[in-house]
Amino acid sequence: MFELLGIPPQALFGQLLLGLINGSFYAILSLGLAIIFGLLNIINFTHGAQYMMGAFVAWMLLNYAGVGYWWALLLAPLVVGAFGVVIERLLISRLYRLDHLYGLLLTFGLALIIQGLFRNQYGVSGLPYGIPPELTGGHNLGFMFLPNYRGWVVVASLVVCLATWFVIEKTKLGAYLRAATENPTLVQAFGINVPRLVTLTYGFGVALAALAGVLAAPIYSVNPNMGADIIIVVFAVVVIGGMGSILGSIVTGFGLGLVEGLTKVFYPEAASTVIFVIMVLVLLVKPAGLFGRNA
Amino acid sequence: MKLKTMLLATALVGALAGMAEAQTAVKIGVLNDRSGVYADLSGEGSVIAARMAIEDFKAADRGLKVEVVSADHQNKPDIGASIARKWYDQDGVDAIFDVPTSSVALAVNQVTREKNKIFIDSGAGSTDLTGPQCSPNTIHWTYDTYALAKGTGGAMVKKGGDSWFFITADYAFGHSLEQNTADVVKKAGGKVLGTIRHPFPGSDFSSFLLQAQASKAKVIGLANAGGDTINTIKQAAEFGVTQGGQNLAGLLIFITDVHALGLKAAQGLVLTESFYWDRDDASRAFSKRFAEKSGGKMPSMVHAGVYSGVLHYLKAIEAAKSKDAGPVMAKMKELPTDDPLFGKGQVRADGRKIHDMYLFEVKKPEESKAAWDYYKLLATIPAAEAFRPLNEGGCPLVKG
Amino acid sequence: MASVSERLSVGGARREVVETAAFHRAVFVWIAALLLVAPFVLYPVFLMKVLCFALFACAFNLLLGYGGLLSFGHAAYFGIASYVCAHAAKVWGLTPEVAILAGTATGGALGLVFGWLAIKRQGIYFAMITLALAQMVFFFSLQAKFTGGEDGIQAVPRGRLLGIVSIADDRVLYYIVAGIFLFGLLAIYRMIHSPFGQVLKAIRDNEPRAISLGYRANHYKLMVFVLSATLAGLAGATKAIVFQLASLTDVHWSMSGEVVLMTLVGGMGTVFGPIVGAAVIVTMQNYLAHLGAWVTVVQGAIFVVCVLLFREGIIGVLARKLRKPL
Repeated sequence: MFELLGIPPQALFGQLLLGLINGSFYAILSLGLAIIFGLLNIINFTHGAQYMMGAFVAWMLLNYAGVGYWWALLLAPLVVGAFGVVIERLLISRLYRLDHLYGLLLTFGLALIIQGLFRNQYGVSGLPYGIPPELTGGHNLGFMFLPNYRGWVVVASLVVCLATWFVIEKTKLGAYLRAATENPTLVQAFGINVPRLVTLTYGFGVALAALAGVLAAPIYSVNPNMGADIIIVVFAVVVIGGMGSILGSIVTGFGLGLVEGLTKVFYPEAASTVIFVIMVLVLLVKPAGLFGRNA
Repeated sequence: MKLKTMLLATALVGALAGMAEAQTAVKIGVLNDRSGVYADLSGEGSVIAARMAIEDFKAADRGLKVEVVSADHQNKPDIGASIARKWYDQDGVDAIFDVPTSSVALAVNQVTREKNKIFIDSGAGSTDLTGPQCSPNTIHWTYDTYALAKGTGGAMVKKGGDSWFFITADYAFGHSLEQNTADVVKKAGGKVLGTIRHPFPGSDFSSFLLQAQASKAKVIGLANAGGDTINTIKQAAEFGVTQGGQNLAGLLIFITDVHALGLKAAQGLVLTESFYWDRDDASRAFSKRFAEKSGGKMPSMVHAGVYSGVLHYLKAIEAAKSKDAGPVMAKMKELPTDDPLFGKGQVRADGRKIHDMYLFEVKKPEESKAAWDYYKLLATIPAAEAFRPLNEGGCPLVKG
Repeated sequence: MASVSERLSVGGARREVVETAAFHRAVFVWIAALLLVAPFVLYPVFLMKVLCFALFACAFNLLLGYGGLLSFGHAAYFGIASYVCAHAAKVWGLTPEVAILAGTATGGALGLVFGWLAIKRQGIYFAMITLALAQMVFFFSLQAKFTGGEDGIQAVPRGRLLGIVSIADDRVLYYIVAGIFLFGLLAIYRMIHSPFGQVLKAIRDNEPRAISLGYRANHYKLMVFVLSATLAGLAGATKAIVFQLASLTDVHWSMSGEVVLMTLVGGMGTVFGPIVGAAVIVTMQNYLAHLGAWVTVVQGAIFVVCVLLFREGIIGVLARKLRKPL
């Protein structure tokens, strides 16, 4: 067996696989951001907080109502998505005629409020959330021990991402959506309720974040701050990918997860900065992002 | 009749107020994390502990009027330093207690020295407080990283865990925690097979755990803190690290962290603490009272340390018949410490408070019989061995 | 950009220029008088904190209010300057004024690099890029040796000004900080009312038009970015000397958020708004400190209220009531 820079290939495969798992979270989150941005033209700074809420709702369902993981996977996105719809109707919709920057500031403020409230209520030590019994244990793949749950995360997120891509690119609803992104006035004139479309899109994007939160709950501790740091990384992912295409954000998310995984083997100290460094490089070479249209 | 009662009451209140004026007024500031990662292990619990100490000392009967104020330093040294400054300059605070997070503790240490007040730290771990940065105004009460490393590192090697792999948070505190422990391990005849430094704060540790697994080390030392440690332990359980025969050693972990993790994920973890609520009758009695006031939560060693520190501080004021920093500090170092929670001990010239430390193992879920029944005692590290020898810390206050 | 600029154009009145200038002069005199008396009434350390943040917010406002660029990573320049200044004063043993200059220059240099990268994109991309770059600086500060990681650089000596005057006393230091603040404020005021400032406003209001008139928009944008970063650096470096401490708080993204909040509350695109905003936010943090996480909630709520109902900010409203640009 050959060795690559002193790392046996088995270990490398293991790390790549782990990178892919992290990439799943980046992909779902950046996909949600991209969808919201596409139609609402705002960057949803609350995305991290909504991801955290997803995990918390799953935890609450289990501890207050005895509802397990599988139902949480369905219910938590619905609950948080509904919350998103309320926020969009009550607050964000008032800002569409203003500069996008106000949307950013508003959602940033909302993120602070949500995180602060959860911190007051639940502290920051993190709450335990077990792996569902069906997915405990793992398989020995020869080169590594893969916990079943992690395998499930990759599969689930791939399915969700591709399904979303399919809906947007290949269905009639998706066609409306894409048209409304291009020219809302014209689409409205065709008798489509664009404001409702916008609201539902925001709700859907938020639900995606919550879904990622539920997927993350058994792996990371359920913690009010869990969304604050990941969201900045996801922003960098979004800048790297550009927000031109849905597929682009998915590919970038998974791809950067892999790159991060490799960094953890070769130069772990840089694991937290590598994505930002890539962002700088992409900005120098292709300012619009890898998949972006020129802004 | 009513009027008479009222008059009587007024007279009584007046008399009491007159008495109070004759008393010495002491103001204690509990400065800690009330909203961040250390809020559970310090936070409001430390205020409760301070109040319990004042109550148990019967301060009012002994001519001391003790008031407690508290604030949140948010684990930021700048905020901690400016609150300390304001407390001393404007609010007449005489002594500051608790202060978890080493960076904040070092900052408060500076301010306290400059203003010549008293600082009794319970929550922070940095050995610098009694080392190069030691101060005639500071006492480090509950634990420090040296004691944790000594307890966990030394005892694990004795138990046969003689090869180590460190997962270290990549910042100064993580490095020193790792260094302390590695020294102890090597001294005890063990060896360090590898070290990996992870970004701080991190959320995914699986990649580092995989490398730790591949090292085949018997013990994986977690030289990180707070949320990072919790996540590492959780993910270690997921990847079957402990089932694979490796032991996890938490180098800075508290009972509140174990509580957050749940026994399922934390079982088998070995750690060092200076206090455990269920250790003896005295600690159980204290903890029961504490739990009644804190909504059922058991005290951490940091809470216990605040209690014990306040008690000793008040004793020293009484003995010194003054609340000025100089005489009170002298009395605190002169009088031996004695309280129900830490037993007998002393405060050394460098400000280090000395007492026994305990090595615990976290129980398996089936061994735990009640809420908060988490630890079994593996070993007691006697006070004389638990802490860094006086002459090795590099504290300028230590002569010779 | 149009709607922001409409809000911001409060500062752009051209008529009655002379009268306005006289009015502003009076305001400056009032500010100077207030600064002179304040330490006899209020706690000097608190005042110095307000002044450092006020200067920081003014520097940020130069970029947002007059350049139309929302940077979400201004903590980077503020923080790195604070680190360099603390290191220079403590390890190299430089006098405080040289240390502050060293910090300020570092802030400006970092601003040059980041600004050059960030102006390649516009609007929210610009905001996201500045945020991501600042996060990089945060990780750097966490890992680099000289910053002391989580401990920060502590026990920074205040030293002697020019090697002669001791500034250990809070009140003496206060007047120096007040001087630095006034200098910064006047510098910004001059910039805004210079031809450079006029071009800047033209670019903010309509970039393609300014370009078609022959202005190299990106040059101007970069220049204002660097100036803003430099002044933010000045504020950060001064703060390091005041608190004798440089720490991670200063480079964290929440600091970037706070400076946005200060500017928003005070009124963006107004000369004096950020000062009021900084005073309000610092005071609030001071008095609500015992409430813990509620401070975050309150700050978030202020954000939401300001964005939805109060986009002009305190001074913006005042300026409208007085019919005078402030």
